[in-house]
Amino acid sequence: MSGTTLAPERPVTAAPARSTTGWLRNPWRKPRFLQAVTWGYLVWSIVPVVIAIAFSFNAGRSRSTWQGFSFRWWYEDAFDSVWNDPALRSAMFQTLRLSLLTMLIAVPIGTAFAIGIDRWRGRPATTANFFMLFSFVIPEIILGVSLFLLFSNLLQGAVRLGTTAQIIGLVTFQISYPVIIVRARLLSIGPEYEESAMDLGASPTQALRRVLLPLLAPAILASSALVFADSVDNFVTVRYLSGPASSEPLSVKIYSAARSSPTPAVNAAATVMLITTLTAIALAWFVYRRITRSRGEVVSSAGLADF
Amino acid sequence: MRYPRWYWGSFTLPGSVWLAVFFVLPFYVVLSVAFGTVDPLFRLPLPVYQPWWWSFATFQTTLEKFYAGDRIYFDPLLRTLMYVAAASLICLVLGYAVAYYTARHAGRWKGLILVLLISPFWISYLMRIYAWQSLLQPDGYINDAGGLFGLSPVIWIGRPVTVVLGLVYGYIPFMILPLFGFLDRIDQHLLEAGRDLGAGSFETFRRVTLPLSKPGILAGLVIVSLPMFGDYYTNNLLGSTSTSMYGNLIDSAVGQAGQGPEAGSLVLILVALVMIPMLYYLRSTRRTTEAA
Repeated sequence: MSGTTLAPERPVTAAPARSTTGWLRNPWRKPRFLQAVTWGYLVWSIVPVVIAIAFSFNAGRSRSTWQGFSFRWWYEDAFDSVWNDPALRSAMFQTLRLSLLTMLIAVPIGTAFAIGIDRWRGRPATTANFFMLFSFVIPEIILGVSLFLLFSNLLQGAVRLGTTAQIIGLVTFQISYPVIIVRARLLSIGPEYEESAMDLGASPTQALRRVLLPLLAPAILASSALVFADSVDNFVTVRYLSGPASSEPLSVKIYSAARSSPTPAVNAAATVMLITTLTAIALAWFVYRRITRSRGEVVSSAGLADF
Repeated sequence: MRYPRWYWGSFTLPGSVWLAVFFVLPFYVVLSVAFGTVDPLFRLPLPVYQPWWWSFATFQTTLEKFYAGDRIYFDPLLRTLMYVAAASLICLVLGYAVAYYTARHAGRWKGLILVLLISPFWISYLMRIYAWQSLLQPDGYINDAGGLFGLSPVIWIGRPVTVVLGLVYGYIPFMILPLFGFLDRIDQHLLEAGRDLGAGSFETFRRVTLPLSKPGILAGLVIVSLPMFGDYYTNNLLGSTSTSMYGNLIDSAVGQAGQGPEAGSLVLILVALVMIPMLYYLRSTRRTTEAA
């Protein structure tokens, strides 16, 4: 019952006076200062990006002074717009190619690894998992430079810098996401479902394919979206492993342009990246809702946290 | 056990092989490059793969640049430590306030605030820093806003404060979410118990909330500071050569002819620098997964 007596409204109305000190002494008062900090932070974190998106529609060459609205940097300019600049256009497709292939390689390997590590407990499993988590926390520059040195020295003849090397780098950097997400889901599922499937006569492989994998689908989906989106945004690893200029994805082009003399075409390119990422997330979220709803599961904030 | 022993082990095989070839092996190459030599004609690194022929000359010269002679690497290292410390601390204080408010007081706004807190993860780091680079231009909106209050335009790019705030802006989402996770899990009844036992709101915070969120604080600090140690792009977009950090040393050495062994040595030193926080983080996450 103490919960009701301590309900937030009660002490406020019971406060003897509306004086400032009375309000200050009330332990359940609304924390106006924290509220201001939080909303201030949210504005600070979002508004610069919104302004950057708006400037992709700038009519002039400036990315910091507004000169009127136009689609010049999207497609109207015959040479310098995102759609017509051959370098930016091919970079868009390179971004999509790298992210899709990374997702298709990293998610199956990572999912299998998570299932294996969850069921097979032993020293080798612990060691492998340690390296997996290690790849998750290591500063990206270390991974990028060491892979660059690997491909430009020991594996010089086998893997050339460019698309293949970039995908390998991205997979190495992203592989831990599906491992972590799928493993968290495995822990919450428990072994019971598979055990009952096998009691009913399923072979281990059947139980895996027809019971466990459907149960893991939301986690696999969430990690696919995450890996795809993160690969679109990646530029540290990808930049070190780029070969010829044609192998540079959007992110690397944006980085180089931002360091020289950027036009609003850079804003437009960055907006394209953002739209790609958000589309992937939205698509995954939509499918996720359909899967979980058809099973009658409640979409919880834990599901949201997967994303 | 109805599964044969090798069954589950085979699942981890592709991932383990991948990590062995593309994560562990590259480190051996870094060692071989760092302790190798340079082709005198083409200035390309000549790695030495046999440990018994390793030469530590370049590694030692690199190390000496931190403390001996002109100490040209000393300033970037010191700056890195100071910037990372300052930025992590701001991330912690600001992030704690936001996470605390969201977990305890957001009420019906909680869902919206959470989505807004997660949204920076879907916007590329590059775009977020580029957005600030544009705002901070001499003719950008920040100077325009200052002009409304009668301030004359300021050159923001290249100042330490700009770089530190850029780091805060870039990495603070990674601080807020783990903190929120820990603060959200705190049982409301513990706080009420603290109150019932006579503690004021500050005392309850200090003796109940703060100790319970300590693992979140430590995890958050490690998560935001690790990438900052290797960050060179924030500084390249918002800073200048007078604000260059450790990551910039590596980044400029990688591209330069004849600097291969030096780049390798710098990477090794960075690995040694971040090893302790990394191991700490791995150990603490393992403990929480085991407890779960």
